[in-house]
Amino acid sequence: MCGIAGILFTESQSVPLRGELEKMAELLTHRGPDEFGYFSDQSIGLAHARLSIIDLKGGQQPIHNSDQSAWVIFNGEIYNYIELREQLIKKGYEFYTKSDTEVIIKLYDEYGEDFVSHLNGQFAIAIWDKTKRKLILARDRIGIAPLFFTKSDDKLIFASEIKSILSVLDSKPDLNREALDQLFTFWSPAAPNTMFEDIYQVKPGEMLVVENGSIEIKKYWEWQPATPGDYISGSDQELADELHDILVDATKIRLRADVPVGAYLSGGLDSSVLVSVIKNFTDTQLETFSLEFEDKGLDESQYQNELITHLGVHHNKIRVGYDQIADNFESVIWHTELPILRSAPIPMSLLSGLVRSKNYKVVLTGEGSDEVLGGYDIFKETKIRQFWAKNTASEMRPVLLKRLYPYLDISPGKSHTYLRKFFGQGIDNPELNYFSHIPRWDTTEKIKGFYSGDMKAQLRENAIEKYSDSLPEFINTLDPFNKAQYIESKTLMSGYLLCSQGDRVLMKNSVEGRYPFLDHRLIEFANKLHPKLKMKALNEKYLLKKAMGKYVPDSIVNRYKQPYRAPDIPSFTGGAQRDFVEELLSTEKISSYNYFDAKKVELLKRKIKHGKAIGYKDNMAFMGILSTQCLHKLFLEQSF
Amino acid sequence: MSEEQKIRKYILENFLFTEDENELNNSDSFLENGIIDSTGILEVISFLEESFNIKVDDDDMVPENLDSVDNILAYLKSKQ
Repeated sequence: MCGIAGILFTESQSVPLRGELEKMAELLTHRGPDEFGYFSDQSIGLAHARLSIIDLKGGQQPIHNSDQSAWVIFNGEIYNYIELREQLIKKGYEFYTKSDTEVIIKLYDEYGEDFVSHLNGQFAIAIWDKTKRKLILARDRIGIAPLFFTKSDDKLIFASEIKSILSVLDSKPDLNREALDQLFTFWSPAAPNTMFEDIYQVKPGEMLVVENGSIEIKKYWEWQPATPGDYISGSDQELADELHDILVDATKIRLRADVPVGAYLSGGLDSSVLVSVIKNFTDTQLETFSLEFEDKGLDESQYQNELITHLGVHHNKIRVGYDQIADNFESVIWHTELPILRSAPIPMSLLSGLVRSKNYKVVLTGEGSDEVLGGYDIFKETKIRQFWAKNTASEMRPVLLKRLYPYLDISPGKSHTYLRKFFGQGIDNPELNYFSHIPRWDTTEKIKGFYSGDMKAQLRENAIEKYSDSLPEFINTLDPFNKAQYIESKTLMSGYLLCSQGDRVLMKNSVEGRYPFLDHRLIEFANKLHPKLKMKALNEKYLLKKAMGKYVPDSIVNRYKQPYRAPDIPSFTGGAQRDFVEELLSTEKISSYNYFDAKKVELLKRKIKHGKAIGYKDNMAFMGILSTQCLHKLFLEQSF
Repeated sequence: MSEEQKIRKYILENFLFTEDENELNNSDSFLENGIIDSTGILEVISFLEESFNIKVDDDDMVPENLDSVDNILAYLKSKQ
């Protein structure tokens, strides 16, 4: 990956100041520590911070087409660049580098704006077409690479991270309170919002085209599951074979690099499958990496060790304790540019630090498999709740929910009345498009009980209603399971997992993450599958297990899914207590920033001090409040 | 402090994060009003066991015993 930034004067032909471009690029050094590159012309300035992965010597950006009438900067990887390059050469194009970047600008010459649909990869691209005086900003289909922009009367400014944009604004924006309210529902602002007023993200699968001072947004791809009746046909085995072949190819092309490539190995099914594929289908020397928690309840070492032995990989581990989580909190928020509702991003940032310390710049990771192939508990819950909704009076139907939580001893499986009450929220409305997410969003929204009076007064809209209204028409035609997958991929995955737990904390240590399960061919294939191939009864990722189970030990295939969790409140209290926490949560600071009610926060602090804050709600509230305060301090109080 | 006051104070401060007595009626259902969720009920049980020196059996973990201040008071009485 890399960092990109730029300034476009939309009403004049002024040349952006080199000093400003350098300032923007410098704030992206963590994304691109290897070299900087610039291009300026009338109206436009482009800046690039490079993490050199393909064509180390020759691939410096910005890169131009043959007559220098078009220039590109990009952050990401185009995995099918070799095939695309061959096709272009056959059409008569000549190349002056061996990079994937140059393929992009030549594709633009050949196909115009349609270039983007030919790309298989993760990317944030900026193309300046000098002849047409047109700027194109394009983001990959899933939102793996970040891309932000802001528009004032005479300028459009864009960058890979918001801090870069903030550094060249005349005045600091306010925190976007609607976006905060959305984050306290969906775990992220609803795209195109960011946490800052007037700063937006280019949505996954979309392009911004800026020409003659006007902006047009164009969608080039949608995550669109098939409707009942249109599912792909074939026997389970045939479809498993097809899945197998797509996944193997998606993994192989993601090993293309001029630097060594590693892999995350959590001990779960997805990373195990990927590592097995790499071992069985390539000659790649493999280093794997994982986390170990001091908190034994969250540790997955046993499974990791089993797989390491089975596959014979060289494995590296980092042990994470409460102190390290507290010590790295503020620097992680500097990178996420978002509040977080759990501490999980912090250990992930330590993991990418481990990767970097072993001189690796690239890792493959299993993110996306759950959303694409039906892995999460929320999908199981949805199935059970849909079943239960057909007979809401049933005593027995909701008891199925007890099967979902064997790994957490604080889940009250003992009394199924309570499980019924909690998961029964919305049970009378199974037709609601977001039925699947009601319990989770309801729990998350409890943080809003801590809002200050002013915060409550300033919020105009109901976040869930607004989101529901924004859902595309086709969602009404989908099977409930596919609806849940759609919503999950758009909200939690794109908005939180791939950013705060993904790109941002990888890039903090200049490491690029690659996601075979998010190859768009795999997504498009999986979207055509009947839901029962993703979840057979309550057996999650059925087809994946059928396709790839032969490469991993049975114990990995059969183990209960353990979602990745890191300790929250315990990381900041007791021995791990920190001054910055005291300061950010002080009555003075809470009142001054005015998002939360100081009295309520004091009572939460008291509950925590007495060691009583053990539930999800309290942990989420603590993390959400602390990280929002931190965000305000880092981005809105200091100048940079 | 009476049992009632102890329970009210506990719920107000630890679930509503307020000291304002007006925010809780003794008959308010914790579940219906979103005051306590599936993990919160375990906290309540711990509180009752520690504060009133009782043992809450598995079979007792039902809303009839735990879902409001009134219900809890009646439950405590039944344990005496």
